[in-house]
Amino acid sequence: MSGHRPVSWRRLRALCLKESLQIVRDPSSALIAFVLPVVLLMIFGYGINLDASRLHIGVLSEDPGPEATRFVAALAASPVLETHPAAVRSALDHALAAGDIRGYVVLQSDFGARLARPGATAPVQVITDGSEPNTASFVAAYVQGVWSTWLAERAADRGEAFAPPVEVIARSWFNPAALSRNFIVPGSIALIMTIIGALLTSLVIAREWERGTMEALLSTAVTRSELLLSKVLPYYALGMISMLLCLAMAVWQFGVPFRGSFVLLLVYATLFLGSSLGLGLLLSTVLRNQFNAAQAALNAAFLPATMLSGFVFEISSMPAPVRAVTYLIPARYFIASLQTLFQAGFVGRILLDDFLFLTASAALFLGLSALKTRRRLD
Amino acid sequence: MFGRLFTLIQKELLLAFRDPQSRRLLILPVLLQLLLFPFAATLEVRNATLAILDNDGGAQAQELVKRFAAARAFPTVHLVTDQAALRRTIDEQRALVGVEFPGDFSRRLQQGASAPLLVIVDGRRSNSAQIALGYVQSIVEDYSDERVQAAGGAVPSRVVLRNRYNPNLEYRWFLLPSLVAIITTIGSLVVTALSIAREREQGTFEQLLVSPLTPALIMFGKTVPALLIAFGQALIIALAAIFIYRVPFTGSLPTLGVCMILYALSLAGFGLFISSICTTQQQAFLGVFTFMVPAIMLSGFVAPVENMPPFFRGIAWVDPLSHFIVILKGVFLKSYGLALAWPNMWPLLLTTGVTASLAYWMFRRQVA
Repeated sequence: MSGHRPVSWRRLRALCLKESLQIVRDPSSALIAFVLPVVLLMIFGYGINLDASRLHIGVLSEDPGPEATRFVAALAASPVLETHPAAVRSALDHALAAGDIRGYVVLQSDFGARLARPGATAPVQVITDGSEPNTASFVAAYVQGVWSTWLAERAADRGEAFAPPVEVIARSWFNPAALSRNFIVPGSIALIMTIIGALLTSLVIAREWERGTMEALLSTAVTRSELLLSKVLPYYALGMISMLLCLAMAVWQFGVPFRGSFVLLLVYATLFLGSSLGLGLLLSTVLRNQFNAAQAALNAAFLPATMLSGFVFEISSMPAPVRAVTYLIPARYFIASLQTLFQAGFVGRILLDDFLFLTASAALFLGLSALKTRRRLD
Repeated sequence: MFGRLFTLIQKELLLAFRDPQSRRLLILPVLLQLLLFPFAATLEVRNATLAILDNDGGAQAQELVKRFAAARAFPTVHLVTDQAALRRTIDEQRALVGVEFPGDFSRRLQQGASAPLLVIVDGRRSNSAQIALGYVQSIVEDYSDERVQAAGGAVPSRVVLRNRYNPNLEYRWFLLPSLVAIITTIGSLVVTALSIAREREQGTFEQLLVSPLTPALIMFGKTVPALLIAFGQALIIALAAIFIYRVPFTGSLPTLGVCMILYALSLAGFGLFISSICTTQQQAFLGVFTFMVPAIMLSGFVAPVENMPPFFRGIAWVDPLSHFIVILKGVFLKSYGLALAWPNMWPLLLTTGVTASLAYWMFRRQVA
């Protein structure tokens, strides 16, 4: 290797300039840095809504009496349930199979009679669509809620004392309205940065290898550190810009509270970008083919960041071997720290763990790609 | 003409499978995802930890604590001694749910009064928290009911719950059919969209254009390998779902086959359309990505389509994934045949027609 110092600032500046020009001149880069984050955040913020807000259920009341009518009215009055009355059961079965409704409630013809008879119990049948387990449990929970309110009101009207012996008073800390958006939106920032960090860099550098311009660069006086830095710094800037864009949208567009420290956010974002840029560099250096680098980056960075990071799917609910795998995924730590910084503010124990793991993975991936680049130089 | 077409298809398949690196990339990720995702992608709540602050210590509170500790949903129960410890446990995510018994809990119950029970959930993980809260509530309700009955009270009505198609709400039964669609998407889109961009970048696309092949034939030649890859990957996952993960298959196998082809066609349509407007592999890849992420996220796989605002429901309708997932869940769990699947089949045909025509028109324009 020529060059006396590992890094000459003049050369580094020139290389960074070249890299930045390449980014600016490709129309698709503006798309990635500014448009894609906005579009993706809209999709994650509005599209992933785990809070059942509009549950379509069918209702079949075979009992025309006043008790059944009141119960049906109570179901219809629920702000979450959208009831579709039906006359026959087969219509409901068909609607359930077609996916038009997510469940149905049946009151049998002797509903009122059983209620009136002491000692008898009047069943409220609830059938849910088990092919959507999460929605099915929401259907069951909401119908149950309507049912217990109805029961309490009925008892009050009849002058009976009705109070459940134990009354649960629920509080949701950090997120009083329990909006899924408040944890989805911060997590999606990590996904967007994965895209910029790993996918974009892996493509760009693989292209240099494919076209032979990497060899041309390597044959110049450029040192390994300069080369790596010149690849990392412009994309780091791109990643940080889109992170800030996401932050602004999360707070102003989606109303997600940001309770933590902005400086800490910058630190964690830097570490995370370090590891995903490192991964992108590593993949492209090893594979040297855009087609394959793109697929590998998708499988090694994007999919794990979606599925194994706690972004939507709770890590603690996974079986132990899969949980063990999640420890290897940098997005896991970044998502945990984002969720903490946004919703809780500062929780030392969580943030310290995340800091250590993120630093380690950034060092690992950047170090590995440095190693791989050198082998080529020899 | 068929000879030429056959040669072209052969060339495409060779390109996809010749290189060991790209061969591995088409098969290994599928197997890895098949191994990990069914266990990872779950909205169920398991292994959750419950923190209990018992300010009361009376017999009734102890009874409930015992029931919480025995519940399958909460394998770990932390007993904490004061409110600060309870707060810290939740803050540091060492427990998902906290339960606080007020000091007069048992006394009030003994007097026949209603006793409040404070349940705190970690709203940072709102979905899991809601589900865990449901578990706590049902334990408390059972206990309440038993007390009412023991006191000679009668329960006038009861909710009888039945989950059709999936009695125990096994998340895996929902997930694996959806994975058939999701994992397939990546491979076949990347193959169609990137292979044309690669030819353009390497200059071989011009060579294809000056060959006796018409643009339609070139498109067809690019579609067939993508169809084969999509079909092959989907088949592997479907077989694994049935035989390894034991998801019941109640519907019609021919319907599944037909729909798989329709789905692969519509993916190829989107892939060709993306490649027709891109000149470099990088652009094509970003195009694939810009299509794929929304397609997966809005498909109803992560969150139900009916929860989305109208505009996004519109996008979901165009999304081939959302229709294919409904069909897949239908043929696996809901005994779908052609008649039930049809409402979700024609949108697939329609999108295939539109995207393929657009791609054809773009290619024609470039040739002229």
